Amino acid sequence: MNLTAVWAIYRYEMTRFFRTLLQSFISPVISTSLYFVVFGTAIGSRIEEVEGVTYAAFIVPGLIMLSVMMQSISNASFGIYFPKFIGTIYEMLSAPVNFLEIVLGYVGAAATKALFIGLVILGTASLFVDLTIAHPFAMVAFLVLTCLSFALMGFIIGIWAKNFEQLQLVPLLIVTPLVFLGGSFYSISMLPPVWQTITLFNPVVYLISGFRWAFFDMADVSVGVSLMAIAGFTAICLGAIWWIFRTGWRIRS
Amino acid sequence: MAPVLQIKNLQKTYDGGFEALKGVDLEIEEGEILALLGPNGAGKTTLISTVCGITVPTGGTALVAGHDIITEYRQARSAIGLVPQEINLEPFETVWNATRLTRGLFGKRRDDKLLEQILRRLSLWDKKDSQIKELSGGMKRRVLIAKALSHEPRVLFLDEPTAGVDVELRKDMWEIVADLKTQGVTIILTTHYIEEAEAIADRIGVINGGQLLLVEEKNALMARMGKKQLTIDLRDPLQSIPAGLKSDALELSEDGTQLVYSYDTNSERTGITTLLAALSREGIVLSDISTRQSSLEEIFVDLVKESAA
Repeated sequence: MNLTAVWAIYRYEMTRFFRTLLQSFISPVISTSLYFVVFGTAIGSRIEEVEGVTYAAFIVPGLIMLSVMMQSISNASFGIYFPKFIGTIYEMLSAPVNFLEIVLGYVGAAATKALFIGLVILGTASLFVDLTIAHPFAMVAFLVLTCLSFALMGFIIGIWAKNFEQLQLVPLLIVTPLVFLGGSFYSISMLPPVWQTITLFNPVVYLISGFRWAFFDMADVSVGVSLMAIAGFTAICLGAIWWIFRTGWRIRS
Repeated sequence: MAPVLQIKNLQKTYDGGFEALKGVDLEIEEGEILALLGPNGAGKTTLISTVCGITVPTGGTALVAGHDIITEYRQARSAIGLVPQEINLEPFETVWNATRLTRGLFGKRRDDKLLEQILRRLSLWDKKDSQIKELSGGMKRRVLIAKALSHEPRVLFLDEPTAGVDVELRKDMWEIVADLKTQGVTIILTTHYIEEAEAIADRIGVINGGQLLLVEEKNALMARMGKKQLTIDLRDPLQSIPAGLKSDALELSEDGTQLVYSYDTNSERTGITTLLAALSREGIVLSDISTRQSSLEEIFVDLVKESAA
């Protein structure tokens, strides 16, 4: 295991993040504040409480998940797509590293950035609402697992994409709807019965539900199922990456 | 000692069916400079990419420092520094970070002193904190070299190091290469500038259509293939070559004002003395004499033509 290489990639990717630290920091703060104004205040004044939690507090886990998922995907997909685009990928291919090491470096860095942003949003949210976290360890575990699994998915997208349009395509057409329809801003129980059933096919529901349970000890689906869903999703992504690197698909001719 | 690079019957057929390498055999000794000459699309870059791990060979083997490039890729690739043809650099990164990344990727411990030495030697030290996009084209090429050297490779591949580089920078590059050779680095460079190969290589390989046509000592190649021509300007034009002078090696120009005599510098008798004596015996008055040696370029063009025929 060439850990020096993993660290070198990780460090290199993180310097890009630190170079743009201010904008990495400001944009989630502003967007979270906007969500609070729009959803928390405007809609929240009509909903008041969801199962004993104020609506403003209720949307916090969903908001964090929304940003963390999008950030993980975009960081990881851009991280590996950019070297492909400008040609610096040659360096990864000619270095004495295996694919696991490349993935660890890129995905690790992307997940770290997303985690940081998740924590910034949590901090911003705590300025607006009183938050008590029922299961802090589970909260961190869900957050980290989500960052990792979505960064893995982003990595796959980055390898697959042949241009910048494709890079945006999957997050925009698939992930955003899944996240918005995944109960970020509402409880599944608020939906008509038919939609409740349909929603259960959305994998994001399980992640948000589990994460919300860690905060408020309430969930749309049981925590065990949530954990299995995230584990299954991670396994699928890992499998896909293993296949990509074994065959050299879209990387090595 | 075993050659530092041993390539046996290396083949590469791309997915589309294009045969970029049709079984290349090549051995390179430690510390030598080999220039691979060939027209565009000859397979130079594919050969390098295959040995370096960027493309996967479809046949044959290659050993770098005794390690197979597939089964022992870690050891093999660790020995190789690659300077690609395209200037592939992340524009927003600093010279220092870019160089440090490469060293890390090759699993080498951080060594700021060594990186400083390398950057100083390439006149990049005062640019170390500059973003790469701020550098000139020549400087960027040096950054690529610095990156390749950062992990102390035994073998350095330079893929068209002077393509699109002005004359001064090209000379500069040659000095850098000569300097590296004195440190014992084996260098394989591809080029289609014949003068580059002539200036710096110990051996020359000619590649065309995915096949290595020959590999030879530069001087031996030039001596073997090199013909010399003696051109004699005549004061009074001749209608034809006088009977006493007739020989296969002698030709008269169309306007009759020049005699061109071809000879081989390696043979014991060049026949020049005899020719000049004969000319004066015939009473032919000469106005000028010049000689010319065929360049590597002509040799190269001949070879490529032969292989195409």
